[in-house]
Amino acid sequence: MNKIPDNRAWWLVLPVFILVAFSALIPLMTVVNYSVQDIFGPNSAYFVGTDWFREVLQNENLQASLGRQFVFSAAVLLIEIPLGIGVALMMPTSGRRGSLCLILLAIPLLIPWNVVGTIWQIFGRGDIGLFGWALNEIGINYNYTGNTGDAWATVLLMDVWHWTPLVALLCYSGLRAIPEAFYQAAEIDRASRWAIFRYIQLPRLKSVLVIAVLLRFMDSFMIYTEPFVLTGGGPGSSTTFLSQTLTTMAIGQFDIGRAAAFSLVYFLIVLLVSWLFFTAITHLDKEK
Amino acid sequence: MAEIQLKSLAHSYSKHPSGPEDYAIRQISHTWHKGGAYALLGPSGCGKSTMLNIISGLLAPSEGEVLFDDVRVNELSPKERNIAQVFQFPVIYDSMTVFQNLAFPLRNAGMAKDRIETKVNEVAEILELEAVLHRKARNLTADEKQKVSMGRGLVRDDVSAILFDEPLTVIDPQLKWKLRRKLKQIHEQFNITMVYVTHDQLEASTFADKIAVMYDGQIVQFGTPRELFERPNHTFVGYFIGSPGMNLVAVERCEEGVRFNGMTVKLGAGLQSLLEQSTSSNLKLGIRPEFIQLTTTPSDDTFECDVTDIEDLGTYKIVSLTLGNQSIKARVDEDHAVAPGKIHAGFPRQWLKLYVDEFLIEEQTE
Amino acid sequence: MKMNKRKGFGISIYIVFVLLPIYWLLIMSFKTNQEILGALTLWPQNFTLANYAVIFTDPSWYNGYINSMIYVSMNVVITLLVALPAAYAFSRYKFVGDKHLFFWLLSNRMAPPAVFLLPFFQLYSSIGLFDTHIAVALAHCLFNVPLAVWILEGFISGVPREYDEMAYIDGYSFPKFFIKIFIPMIRSGIGVTAFFAFMFSWVELLLARTLTSVEAQPIGAIMTRTVGASGIDWGVLAAAGVLTIVPGLLVIWFVRNHVATGFALGRV
Repeated sequence: MNKIPDNRAWWLVLPVFILVAFSALIPLMTVVNYSVQDIFGPNSAYFVGTDWFREVLQNENLQASLGRQFVFSAAVLLIEIPLGIGVALMMPTSGRRGSLCLILLAIPLLIPWNVVGTIWQIFGRGDIGLFGWALNEIGINYNYTGNTGDAWATVLLMDVWHWTPLVALLCYSGLRAIPEAFYQAAEIDRASRWAIFRYIQLPRLKSVLVIAVLLRFMDSFMIYTEPFVLTGGGPGSSTTFLSQTLTTMAIGQFDIGRAAAFSLVYFLIVLLVSWLFFTAITHLDKEK
Repeated sequence: MAEIQLKSLAHSYSKHPSGPEDYAIRQISHTWHKGGAYALLGPSGCGKSTMLNIISGLLAPSEGEVLFDDVRVNELSPKERNIAQVFQFPVIYDSMTVFQNLAFPLRNAGMAKDRIETKVNEVAEILELEAVLHRKARNLTADEKQKVSMGRGLVRDDVSAILFDEPLTVIDPQLKWKLRRKLKQIHEQFNITMVYVTHDQLEASTFADKIAVMYDGQIVQFGTPRELFERPNHTFVGYFIGSPGMNLVAVERCEEGVRFNGMTVKLGAGLQSLLEQSTSSNLKLGIRPEFIQLTTTPSDDTFECDVTDIEDLGTYKIVSLTLGNQSIKARVDEDHAVAPGKIHAGFPRQWLKLYVDEFLIEEQTE
Repeated sequence: MKMNKRKGFGISIYIVFVLLPIYWLLIMSFKTNQEILGALTLWPQNFTLANYAVIFTDPSWYNGYINSMIYVSMNVVITLLVALPAAYAFSRYKFVGDKHLFFWLLSNRMAPPAVFLLPFFQLYSSIGLFDTHIAVALAHCLFNVPLAVWILEGFISGVPREYDEMAYIDGYSFPKFFIKIFIPMIRSGIGVTAFFAFMFSWVELLLARTLTSVEAQPIGAIMTRTVGASGIDWGVLAAAGVLTIVPGLLVIWFVRNHVATGFALGRV
């Protein structure tokens, strides 16, 4: 659509600008300010330049946390995107069963994140949880509070349970937007089920998949509450992700300068990776 | 290639049809012969597309049978029927190139690579798509997209039939004419059974050897364009084919034949006895505007009319007349002088058709 | 047909996977603590509403729900009010800095809330908004407003500009056109935006907990109270959890007809 050049449109954007500037710009400047100073008290701070950044980048604890974070986000994307597409393909296309499916699938999305953690904390316990109890009954020694592998599996399973519906709902509405004529043409052209998926459904899902991948990457990269409630980041620090490390540093240890530098690095990583995803996908799109 | 036979076919989109009005197709029995080029002509909503989808297997008919070469195919998928269909609006696989689009149905059938290559190039040449062959299909114009759509049907020369569902709707008029010629050529070259759905009589008659006219879920006449013009079997055919359509006048029975507005039209003895076999009072007389003879001098078998309007259309004129309280139209040559006022119209016996309950009755002349 | 049966089977399995943990929480909320900690039972043996009674009779419990509802509603209203005109501007007009502004807005959706914890705490304390509902509502705007602008922009771009022009020709003033004609046209977009704003505000805890202490404390923070000297009060915890699911269910019920088409966010 051709847009009309008109600078008066700024008046329409102004409320958003003020609001977001207030709740993002001012805090961000505060963070930048902290990140270059060492603060001992309300009136004693001195400029340290890039020291905090250097320290943060060399901090092994943070590097380990960052590594875990990337593994986690990658695993989340690798499982949830294909699974979400699969679920969307299996959903009834219309009628009462269709809307019932939609409602049931959307439930996990609307549960407060700490409750999601609580649900799986209970569900996975060997003594009072159905899941943990069942696994132990069939002879699998499962204990997510003591065993690193089990803890990871549980955190991942919880995230899959929690967020796959978002991917599925996005894909489902993408699929609904494909006109019936495409399926008819494919049938006439003797396309196999796979060819229909590969050449009709998948290309038309691309725009919703961009959204799904970006949202899932961003949110999984910022995950805090659910694993915090479920495992508390343990055992050890095996399921401690970036947000938790940062929160501990800023509020637990009140290590403000380092936390601020870390915050900025963290934010930049999210921006960078999101940008990479976005350009990669849109670039693929333009290729001849 | 196959002969396609429809046996008392009926289809309703509702699960529990309560009456004939719930049917999109009502009791059609019809045969499309091997290798013919046919048109299925009718107004929108008459069931043309439904019938096409039933033939191709996209739709299962509620009643009746579809036979390909005397084998029942009701339960077979389009793939198993090996049939091609081109839709009204272009359907292209937009992540593929034009070449890949055209090759798609062949690849799905597992054809060898070099044969696909030859076949696709052949069709691309016919449709003049060579220049864009390796471009992404999504960047094409609407015309080109539809050509690609058609091409996917045409690459398959082993098919039972190719069905076209108003394929030229989105194409601009000049190209339309050219593509129609192409289709005709392709038909002559490969001798594939083709069924072409359209609501445009010109399109139907330039493409097809024989036209089936569909009206209200039924095929009301199947014949050559000439037969449809000269001997419309149903009032709808008379009205729908020709420009302007057939003049139809409601009449009632009388001693010597039929009568309207106190004017009597005599019928031959044969026709009169045919008419007496029916008790229906739904009688209509029909005559094509082209066959009405206008003279200034009255004679025994002419009727006096008032000229209400003369429309000059270049190579011919349309003259609107009133006869009693009926308004009829006549089509006369450009050089035929017609003046406003009184005129005398003659209805030649052999072009005057009698319809009982909308269907033609006539003497067997052979 | 065989295909459809397989699909039905697959989706049923998945729905069981979705519902099973919730089912477990639900039946737990009707059990006594003795039963929960005793042998595993698939159905409450001694059905009790005592856990719910605890929540509904104690103001410090049920106020948590009220607090959460208040700041979520405030957030949804603020988000829609500011995002609608902005989305309209981005979709219809070219203006100085439009692209940069749009990207900057979206980048805020990518900011980890943990980054803003401390500055938010200080900011809201210094202007006297600490422990108020509006503080949490404003803080949640950080991620909800950018998302809302982006979703609404997609829907608005789907409405041809001819409608706008027609309204001007018919003599509508801009505000009248916007409220009377435009907003009804993007109803499902607004529904979906509200859904997302509700969702992300209702489920967030980190910021909400940091910016409140007593007066505006969200239910999520209060739930940690079930950990007492004698261990965790599982029954009450489960009941509190179940009650947090209910508002979400109501919201889905209201938007269910828009979900199928609206979830593509106007971008298909």
